[in-house]
Amino acid sequence: MLQEMRNNMKPRRKRLFFILAAIAIFGAAVGLVLYALKNNVSLYFTPTQVFNKEAPQARSFRVGGLVVDGSLKRERDGLTVHFDITDTQKTMAVTYKGILPDLFKEGKGVVAQGKLQADNVFYAEEVLAKHDENYVAPEAARALELAAKAASAVAPSTPITK
Amino acid sequence: MAINWFKYSAPSTFYGLAGRLVPWFAWPAALLFCIGLYVGFFVAPSDVVQGEAYRIIFIHVPASILSMFIYLIMAGYAALGLIFNTRLSAMMATALAPTGALFALISLWTGALWGKPMWGAWWVWDARLTSELILLFLYLGFIALQASIDDPRRADRAGALLAIVGSVNVPIIYFSVKWWNTLHQGSTIKFTGTSMHIAMQQAMFTMLLACWLYVIAVSLVRVRSIILERERNNQWVTELAEVKR
Repeated sequence: MLQEMRNNMKPRRKRLFFILAAIAIFGAAVGLVLYALKNNVSLYFTPTQVFNKEAPQARSFRVGGLVVDGSLKRERDGLTVHFDITDTQKTMAVTYKGILPDLFKEGKGVVAQGKLQADNVFYAEEVLAKHDENYVAPEAARALELAAKAASAVAPSTPITK
Repeated sequence: MAINWFKYSAPSTFYGLAGRLVPWFAWPAALLFCIGLYVGFFVAPSDVVQGEAYRIIFIHVPASILSMFIYLIMAGYAALGLIFNTRLSAMMATALAPTGALFALISLWTGALWGKPMWGAWWVWDARLTSELILLFLYLGFIALQASIDDPRRADRAGALLAIVGSVNVPIIYFSVKWWNTLHQGSTIKFTGTSMHIAMQQAMFTMLLACWLYVIAVSLVRVRSIILERERNNQWVTELAEVKR
């Protein structure tokens, strides 16, 4: 039957068929490879993954998440900082000595590269700030803040959920 | 009124048509560039987190979108050329490649310039950045492969194969920020709505349209040169007023 189909097809039909088949097969192959390399393609591990020991133990890796509000502490030398990273499930402590990027802020995303030591503190050699996809004008940000304040003033008992 | 579309798939007729079309794309492109840059620099407000540095999006986002879009158009033309054996579609694929490579380079370059002050690094090997770099290499590979084969028809076929196979990379670039943990942020423009101030949006979409019109204009100019080069032994070329001169 396949032979019959092949004989009945015009050359341009045949070429179209081959091209579509080639894209499908190649796409599937690439998809499978990327799926198998899922953990290697991702830039960083989440604190939950680190907690589950999915991250490498002896060598350095990257960990990403949000900086916990109020966790940032600076040492006297002005360079060494301590903060916590969370993925809302698990939280881990990070220590870093160096200059933080401009976008580094409590409550915002961050990616740190370093090693997890025996004291369960992540010693970072590099800290990168992760920007989110929102672009907000200063006036709009102020308006949002005022609205949040007004909402909390009207109903102080119910916490604002995002 | 029926238009015979196949008439324009012949290089000899398309040469003249392309020449007449170029100003209709080039002038609006120039005008929209001016409007887009004006709105982008003077009307759009600064971002509350990034300050003025966010203004890179007015060139970075259009360049990135078009670098992916041009690749798909190029692969589509290459496939048409391969399937129907049409000369003009292969020439269009060749004409689009340098512009696509240019936009991929602009996207990577402006991204690096923004990444240093914002992230703290010029470059990271995350999935979005790496797949966009592969896209640039695919463009350069396509150009190099075609240039290395003397017979234009064989060069077209070899290039077409590379272009078609490489198109698998485009959805990977687009979805990379969804599938994997990346440092690059997710898409701001979604089908469900855009998380961006209205003036910023207007400037960005104006720039996108301007870049798009520029791509059409410049690839039409380039395809005219390719037609002349490849058909130089045909009579219709020797009879052209600009060739006789």
